[in-house]
Amino acid sequence: MKKIDFLMAGVGGQGTILASNILAEVGLELGYDVKKAEVHGMAQRGGTVESHVRWGEKVYAPMAELGDVDYLIGFEMLEAGRWPAWLRKDAVVVVNRYRIPPPTVNLGKAKYPKEEEIDSLLKNAASKVLWVNGTDAAKEVGNPATIGVVLLGALSTLLGGDENVWLSVVERMVPPKFLEMNKNAFYAGRKLA
Amino acid sequence: MKKLMTGNEAFAYGAYLSGVRVGAAYPGTPSTEIMDNFSRYPGVFAEWSPNEKVALDVAIGSAYAGTRALACMKHVGLNVAADSLFYAVYTGLKGGLVIVCADDPGMHSSQNEQDNRNYARFAKLPMLEPSDSEEAKQYVGIALEMSEMFDTPVLVRTVTRLSHSSTPVEMSDEGPPQPPEEPSFYERNPQKFVMVPANARHRHPVIEEKILKLGKYSDQTPINRIEPGDDNIGIIAAGATYQYAREVFPNATFLKLGMVYPLPDELIREFASRVKTVVIIEELDPFFEEHIRLMGIEVKGKDVFPLIGEFSPALIRKCCVDAGLIEASVAPEAAAASSAAAAALPIRPPILCPGCGHRGLFTVLREAGVLVLGDIGCYTLGYAPPLSAMHTTGCMGASIGVAHGIAKAGVKDQIVSVLGDSTFFHSGIHPLINVLYNESDVTTIITDNSVTAMTGHQQHPGTGITLQGKTTKKTDIETLVRSIGYDKLDVVDPYDMDKLADVLQDHLKSGKPSVIIAKRACVLHTKERKTPPVIDTEECTNCGTCLDLGCSPLVQEEDYVTIDPINCNGCGLCVQVCPAEAIKQEA
Ligand SMILES: Cc1ncc(C[n+]2csc(CCOP(=O)(O)OP(=O)(O)O)c2C)c(N)n1
Repeated sequence: MKKIDFLMAGVGGQGTILASNILAEVGLELGYDVKKAEVHGMAQRGGTVESHVRWGEKVYAPMAELGDVDYLIGFEMLEAGRWPAWLRKDAVVVVNRYRIPPPTVNLGKAKYPKEEEIDSLLKNAASKVLWVNGTDAAKEVGNPATIGVVLLGALSTLLGGDENVWLSVVERMVPPKFLEMNKNAFYAGRKLA
Repeated sequence: MKKLMTGNEAFAYGAYLSGVRVGAAYPGTPSTEIMDNFSRYPGVFAEWSPNEKVALDVAIGSAYAGTRALACMKHVGLNVAADSLFYAVYTGLKGGLVIVCADDPGMHSSQNEQDNRNYARFAKLPMLEPSDSEEAKQYVGIALEMSEMFDTPVLVRTVTRLSHSSTPVEMSDEGPPQPPEEPSFYERNPQKFVMVPANARHRHPVIEEKILKLGKYSDQTPINRIEPGDDNIGIIAAGATYQYAREVFPNATFLKLGMVYPLPDELIREFASRVKTVVIIEELDPFFEEHIRLMGIEVKGKDVFPLIGEFSPALIRKCCVDAGLIEASVAPEAAAASSAAAAALPIRPPILCPGCGHRGLFTVLREAGVLVLGDIGCYTLGYAPPLSAMHTTGCMGASIGVAHGIAKAGVKDQIVSVLGDSTFFHSGIHPLINVLYNESDVTTIITDNSVTAMTGHQQHPGTGITLQGKTTKKTDIETLVRSIGYDKLDVVDPYDMDKLADVLQDHLKSGKPSVIIAKRACVLHTKERKTPPVIDTEECTNCGTCLDLGCSPLVQEEDYVTIDPINCNGCGLCVQVCPAEAIKQEA
């Protein structure tokens, strides 16, 4: 069983935690040893959030190492751009084409990087960078808050394998009244990759 | 069957399975979810106490009565509860008492980076430190048995990474032990439980003897163990750091410590004689290292690893490469180059949420130019640009005392202290009384958002709801403040910035000690949301006034500002401040 390290990067409030919970449970379903690390607290107040999910035969630390992440899932463009040093040469990156300017940008103290700049940062480090209009797809299924499940849908296509494993975990972890919307979000995401 | 659980969920599960029936805590990242989860198990009583000292006293009382009890807090919470910790070690208890306290190396959400292992040595009680969720579950049970066996409270240490990481936990088929059917009689034993000097003097030698016995236990317990491997490098590690170290040294011989105080001296000697080089990998203080060096054993420790900050496998690997203990695996130049490029990206510090009432208050305080002595909570974010309206923050409850001291020292500035509602109940009441008693003209602003927001929306005495969801007597802040003698008091909605500014000036000019309650419920908690306003880009003069609110949905475009409707809460503060009246909100 080959190890797979995932890193999810986003902004507090975007739903990275639910998405990483689902991803961790999918790993367990597939028979991996799984660990997951994230930091709550201050980060919830609109700060940078990162979540590590590790699948492997035997996993010790809950967080991945520099230069060893297999999949980076960026919920927001700038946040995706922070992690090139963490990627393996053969890493795959999924970036949601969505901007949340940090306060320094709005105060004119810093510039929000251009899409090409982020793209080249990531392309220099990884083997494949996939840009998706995930937030648009999430809005279309009814709620931009489903972005996490949209991105998991895209990731499931990239990883291959049985989509029903993912759907059964989503079913378990999402409140029944939002299930239909989240399933739609997952399918919409699958088509993005 | 195995289930993924965070460390905090596992602590709660372990406590439940071990028959803990009373739990008390005050929230504090990264410990909060322990009591939150524990409170949901059947047949237990769990409470949010007003502060950590009260929580620990409550847990001690239950343990005195023979019921297994749990107290939880973040590392600095134990500073607040320290007085109680020390007496409980002296008296001992009848039922087991476990105190889970959570350190925050790296200060993800804390004001300092203290290493609470020092409390175990300082207060003279045992401390355990699990390394994953399965151990978190088990060690609570072990700690309770140890507590009852040695008649002492037991500390269990966690760190942010353990508390907030998820790892598999074996689920038990059996539930907790049955509670006793009859209430027991409280055994009255004043010699043991009344710590007047005459009694306490008899207790001190008992404690010293106990620590020696616990040292022997530490040598015997299977949670301290040598894990044989390659004997060239022998690593001593505990807790989350053990897992990081294992990642870097999968094949080395390890001394894995589950009990971190007292340390197992015999086992350490055996380990040191077996391996060629002893390497101690521990976050923060050289707690193991100082002890082991004093034993006369040569080690590598803080000469290789930092004293400051959180560890990770990546950091341990880098330190070990630099010290020549292992070979580099990633080309360092490549990693450094891409790190540098990423480091040039704009940072994203946490900010007040869209719709937060605190934003209105700090805008008013900034415009008033007053000196603001602050406290800890979401409102601390009022210090950050562009609000920039908080000038001190030390620990919970410090604001009012510091303001009073500055007033007594005599400064020209107009001064106010600012603290939240949960902080007020935690440690704001005594200093507020002091302002009256010792006569200064401090104006105190209580930011009442009717919840403990920073740590994830816990109830408190002012909400009238308990941790377990019961409606209870609500302590009204206004009534309480009036009852201690404040006759100058106003309650203002911080969304109404003009009114708040007027009230503030009135209070400052009065020359009297006074209180303003800035009352507006936390929108993240109530999920209240109004239609976002729209900026007429023709009328927008791009003056930047609205951006000084520091509200994330306000986005600077090339020639004007827009509002991201996904993030906007519709609070309308920007409508109030726009000098060009270009921001329009439907009524
Ligand atoms: C002694 C201590 N206990 C707990 C904490 C964690 N903590 C930081 S802020 C806070 C609560 C703040 O609530 P409140 O005063 O109501 O302000 P809000 O966040 O709601 O604005 C807590 C519990 C701490 N820093 N220190």
